[in-house]
Amino acid sequence: MPTPTYNCIATTTTTSAVSAVTFSSISGSYTDLVLIVTQSAPNTTNHGVRLNNDTNFNYSTTAVFGTGSSAGTERKTTSSGDGGRRSFIWTNNGSTAIGNSVIHIMNYSNATTYKTVLSRGNMINNVLMASAGLWHNTSAVTSVTYSASDSTVDSGSTFSLYGIKAE
Amino acid sequence: MSPILDSIGSVKAYGWGKVLSLPAFESIATYSLSSAQSNVEFASIPQTYKHLQVRAIAQTAGSGQFVKMQMNSDTTTNYNSHIIYGDGSSATGSSYGNRADIPIWGNNTGTASNTFAVCVVDILDYADTNKYKTTRCLDGYDSNGSGVIALTSGLWRSTSAITSIKFTGFSGNLNQYSHFALYGIKGA
Repeated sequence: MPTPTYNCIATTTTTSAVSAVTFSSISGSYTDLVLIVTQSAPNTTNHGVRLNNDTNFNYSTTAVFGTGSSAGTERKTTSSGDGGRRSFIWTNNGSTAIGNSVIHIMNYSNATTYKTVLSRGNMINNVLMASAGLWHNTSAVTSVTYSASDSTVDSGSTFSLYGIKAE
Repeated sequence: MSPILDSIGSVKAYGWGKVLSLPAFESIATYSLSSAQSNVEFASIPQTYKHLQVRAIAQTAGSGQFVKMQMNSDTTTNYNSHIIYGDGSSATGSSYGNRADIPIWGNNTGTASNTFAVCVVDILDYADTNKYKTTRCLDGYDSNGSGVIALTSGLWRSTSAITSIKFTGFSGNLNQYSHFALYGIKGA
């Protein structure tokens, strides 16, 4: 018998400008996590995801993007400065335009593999992007932080975390 | 709050003065490999959904694309695919016609042994016998200095309803800890 899944774990809407939003104490009872974000930001900055509040140089990312006039690719390694301290999602265009992203944290609760963060993002009037990020750690993920690097996301930004369980 | 009431993409039903929410995203079957094997196959897929989704992490023993996908055991050249991808050095678009499979990008035989490629594959209108079947996929991996991220579309030129889907290592086995999960998405 198929099992219903894809449950909302938590959701939040920012009521002021914040530099990061964290979902903590995440249950290990799901297979994948999906974080859906709608946000705007005042400054041009890289956004990204940190796992288990790990702020060390333990992340690397490969990305592809299109701007409407060209396509490009980008790589961050663990030695890429700030790019090595989060799973890179995109570059915010520093306007009031709304950006959306869907971020998959695959097999987050196993304690065997490094964790891969697969994301798709759109920034209206600016860029669309996809990325695969690696957290170089085999620990089960218990917290997810959306980080705006050295900037903030605006009040009214929404963040929803879902769990998907494979039977 | 009830997980059922929290389900997204749900169908709402009304009765007894309460709003009920019927789940629309269901787990059908899962393979979690305890040892290396050449392929996994979801067979006897129920025809009661509108779309399917496969979510997987996988590691291949050999070089080449991460896995190839085939429908209903069709190994003939009835598949097409388009891809846009970035590998950190260049962004590229490619097309593949008359293939014997739909390739899912991302060779992850890199330097990190515990690095797995991942994919989310949507198989649209899989039970419709009036149209060829289309897939879309977000897939990739990163291995700290190498990697790829890809958006892939696939076409299976058959009007048959999809009853089985096979994933095979493009070159070599699927390694231990590879994990494939099949989900069904209901229509309205």
